[in-house]
Amino acid sequence: MNDAAEYLIEIRDLHYTRGQRAIFTGLNICIPRGQVIAIMGPSGTGKTTLLHLITRQLVPDSGTILVDGVDIATLNQKELYRLRRRFGVLFQNGALLTDLSVFENVAFPLREHTDLPNRLIRHVVLTKLHAVGLRGAADMMPAELSGGMARRVALARAMVMDPDILIYDEPFVGLDPISMGVIVRLVRKMNDVLGVSSILVSHDVQEITAVADRSYLISDGKVAASGSPDELNKASSDLVRQFMHGMADGPVAFHFDAPDYAEQLLGRDAE
Amino acid sequence: MLKDLYRTFLEFLRTFGALQLFFLRLIAYSPAVLVRRFGLVVVQVFNAGALSLVIIMTCGFFVGGVLGLQGYSNLAKFNAEDSVGAFAALSLLKELGPVITALLFAGRAGTALASEIGLMRATEQLSAMEMMAVDPLRRVLVPRFLGAVISMPMLTAIFCVLGLLGAHLVAVDMLGVDSGAFWQQMRSSVESSDVWEGIIKSVVFGIAASLFAVWEGYNAIPTAEGVGRATTRTVVITAVSVLVLDFMITAVAI
Repeated sequence: MNDAAEYLIEIRDLHYTRGQRAIFTGLNICIPRGQVIAIMGPSGTGKTTLLHLITRQLVPDSGTILVDGVDIATLNQKELYRLRRRFGVLFQNGALLTDLSVFENVAFPLREHTDLPNRLIRHVVLTKLHAVGLRGAADMMPAELSGGMARRVALARAMVMDPDILIYDEPFVGLDPISMGVIVRLVRKMNDVLGVSSILVSHDVQEITAVADRSYLISDGKVAASGSPDELNKASSDLVRQFMHGMADGPVAFHFDAPDYAEQLLGRDAE
Repeated sequence: MLKDLYRTFLEFLRTFGALQLFFLRLIAYSPAVLVRRFGLVVVQVFNAGALSLVIIMTCGFFVGGVLGLQGYSNLAKFNAEDSVGAFAALSLLKELGPVITALLFAGRAGTALASEIGLMRATEQLSAMEMMAVDPLRRVLVPRFLGAVISMPMLTAIFCVLGLLGAHLVAVDMLGVDSGAFWQQMRSSVESSDVWEGIIKSVVFGIAASLFAVWEGYNAIPTAEGVGRATTRTVVITAVSVLVLDFMITAVAI
């Protein structure tokens, strides 16, 4: 660990290609300590891919990703796993282990990585479940939970090892307004109370505005704009305005690339 | 076209190589998993073995019954119906026991393994484990692989016992073969090498069936269609390879 590193995570000139498609072409992002950073962008811009790159489930074509000043490309598997213990990740659908109860799901990282006695594990798990309001659901199975509850359990699991960095992948998708509000408040609370840094990938502009300290808007493989949510809301760039205000057409076209409409209807495109 | 053929061949070699590396990794992690995660293996022996018991026992009983009927009616032509016990025992031990058990096992336990692991991938559970710094190979795949490998020989043994029971019921109790002759003929013609052949086959088939189930599940395309296809492929590949392996082992044993 290197306390001198200014940023917790620093991404420099990142390039990544999947198949024929360039996902990132020179991406630069800095994530300071103790803040909630939102990464936004239209669907398909590779937001989730970026999370996989930060945790090295994918390897970039070129460019460096520094965590605490250490280039993660240089780590071997053992060091990588040690690094990953400092991350807590909340997956899009929670990704709870379906064969374990809620309690055992939250206890899972502790049982895998520590030799703590059962009494202590029970204490820690109940504390975390209480923090997300689901202490009463400890004995339920993941299949019995609603989407919002599953995500709260996943949040409890993400925090159980007391990580330095919490990563949220689309935490608001498919939730009703009440669950959404609960998650938004939890994200902020976890960040401020536990002193972690949070990375939030989402395209729910309103929720991000409520919770993030700083946002990056990604488009075409690069950072298109960055700043506090208020700054982005007032920005004059066409792309930023289209995204922040949810307009159907603009720099991000409504139509996917296609041959000429009239030609195709007349059947001439086949020639 | 030649180019396509070449590419397909290359693709096949690549998959085959990856499968072998995968197998070696499963084997390499097995001792540590057996020692440190014994409880997980026991659960999987229950899932793959105990839950297959009913189907294995029912099928074994009826296969044995058919052997009794066929053996009796055909051996009677040579006035050798007393040998029906030996006939049933040798068929069950050397061929039908291991092969049919493996085929049933692929249908009952192999598909369950492949779809379970495939769905764990599709719902990001494997990804989540990796992110929690837990190797899914050690936590999910190896215990399931071991559970299935341990179950197979035991299921084969139970299949053979139920088969003999079925043959005895048909030949002795229904068709009137002398019970003493039934057992005596069996004892004098079954050698320990026959038993070993059956055991070796069941172990090899068990490894093949488990390996393909775990491999297909782990490499399933994470969609509903992909998991479905992986399940189908598990049954098809296991069935074909069990029959091919059976031929190879029999050729060596004889």
